[in-house]
Amino acid sequence: MLVRVARRYLPIIACSLLGLAAAEAAVAKTRFVAVTAIVEHPALDAVREGVRDELKAHGFEEGRDLRFEYRSAQGNPAVAAQIARQFAGSEPDVIVAISTPSAQTAVSATKTVPIVFSAVSDPVSARLVGAAGASGTNVTGVSDLPPVKDQLSLVRELLPSAKRIGVVYSPGESNSVVQIALLKEFAAKAGMTVVEAPAVKSSDVQVAVRSLIGKSDLLYLPQDNAVIAAVDAILPIAAQAKLPVIAPDESSVAKGALATIGFDYYQVGRQTGALVAQVLAGGKPGTIAWQYGAGTDLILNAASARALGLAIPDAVSRRAKKILGR
Amino acid sequence: MSEIAFAGAVEVGLIFSFVALGVFLSFRVLDFPDLTTDGSFPLGAAVCATLITAGCNPWLATAVAMVSGMAAGLVTGLMTLRFKILGLLAGILTMTALYSINLRVMGRPNIALLNEPVVFSVGERLGMAYPWTNTAVLALLVGIALAALAWFLATDLGLAMRATGVNARMARAQGVNTAAMTYLGLAISNGLIATGGALFAQANGFADVTSGIGTIVVGLASVILGEKFIRSRRMAALLFGTVLGSVAYRIAVQAALSGDGAGLRPSDLSLITAVMVAIAMVVPHVRVKRRVGVPA
Repeated sequence: MLVRVARRYLPIIACSLLGLAAAEAAVAKTRFVAVTAIVEHPALDAVREGVRDELKAHGFEEGRDLRFEYRSAQGNPAVAAQIARQFAGSEPDVIVAISTPSAQTAVSATKTVPIVFSAVSDPVSARLVGAAGASGTNVTGVSDLPPVKDQLSLVRELLPSAKRIGVVYSPGESNSVVQIALLKEFAAKAGMTVVEAPAVKSSDVQVAVRSLIGKSDLLYLPQDNAVIAAVDAILPIAAQAKLPVIAPDESSVAKGALATIGFDYYQVGRQTGALVAQVLAGGKPGTIAWQYGAGTDLILNAASARALGLAIPDAVSRRAKKILGR
Repeated sequence: MSEIAFAGAVEVGLIFSFVALGVFLSFRVLDFPDLTTDGSFPLGAAVCATLITAGCNPWLATAVAMVSGMAAGLVTGLMTLRFKILGLLAGILTMTALYSINLRVMGRPNIALLNEPVVFSVGERLGMAYPWTNTAVLALLVGIALAALAWFLATDLGLAMRATGVNARMARAQGVNTAAMTYLGLAISNGLIATGGALFAQANGFADVTSGIGTIVVGLASVILGEKFIRSRRMAALLFGTVLGSVAYRIAVQAALSGDGAGLRPSDLSLITAVMVAIAMVVPHVRVKRRVGVPA
């Protein structure tokens, strides 16, 4: 009977022991930075690489005096919760939590282990921190609130006659919703209107873009995972309809969008890494003010401008970090 | 695996055992493949988080979340029974509609509950030690749900529901109102799942519309694992097995997450999880074959 019971539970026991052994083997006298993100995705991965390189620049090298552990929740919040508990339990020197849900699970898992968040648009409404400045808790980090104001002034310089901004976004992504709200606010001040076309999934994006043709003078794409995943479907439709596209990242501009002002997420990662280094050097996260991402780049696509019959003003092209398709 | 990680796995497992119990009720007891799950889980989280941030008592918020899940189950029931839509499709329709409804309820895709009063606060007040506070409260809640379900399924009403799932035509011949039983079963099932969503939001400090993805798969995996651990004809034992299956599933995920070195990459997690579930299911078969003398 006992044997039968033991056999029945063997899978659980084996699994638990496996986990224990793996955790025990990795104990060492080095600095330990535990990194997690909700999903593997080019922008979030760039943040992680930026953190790693910045730590290296501060003299923390992997394999020598740094243990750099990365776990992706693979888009599943329940797994994110388990990763947060695992990190809280293995007591790293710093937890780096990339994206809003990953940061929220980390903050609810530990009140003592230092947490540095990154790529969170609105850390205050996500309740990671109470207000601007130092949090006084175990949390600091970098917000990637998109430079909506700069993007809008770019639109006015490039397309002075444009009045209606068409937007495709996923209403389920909090980053996009924050961004759209800001866009509406600034657009209203500039006497422009925002025409929304929500798309729940990447497969809905194409239809949403078509619905904007004739109802808007340009297409604005937010930093939205569902939209970016469908950018190859969006750009040909926009090109056919002669809709200029303002994109959130450089790769979309390389594919044919007109322009972008946005973060280089690798640089956001470097900025995050600098905070991590401060904590590793003995800084208390509660006394280090959280910050907004710095350093946005303007990138233009001259070929797209020609196709639209658009002349890029000299004042704009002089500011550009890169002009593609010349 | 550290103590906190282990406690975390048990905690998430107990939260998802509400989902597993709900799935057990619809798939096993009622024999109804209900896919409302992926919508009712975030619905519970959305309703609960919205109420708590509006200043509502967390226990009341959780109860209202449960009722909202029951309503979602009734909608699925209405579509299949009254309008004759295929059960599988009815669940998918409700789930799809719930995505928009959840956004309406919350007003935005993510509501943070960090530093708000939650049902787990009671554990701290009783002076229980971290990291087991949440787990202790959850164990109590799961125990209550389990006992209530076991009691219910042994009453005349519960037996009528079980008969509906086993052989609906025979049940009708015995005077059982099978439609009413299906409505009731779907309501209880989705009420449990929404409770799981409400507790998940409170334990992790946020409700997010995307948190329903894959809920049904996890629920089914837990039910199947539970059936491998405890084989019995007694309903209470089967329900307990389902809870055990849910906790075992999370411990397996945790082990996969802790699996450092050995050439494993974080992106292998889904594969490792699937392999562990598969192993758990294969082991009993191999044993049966040996017993009857078939070479394994």
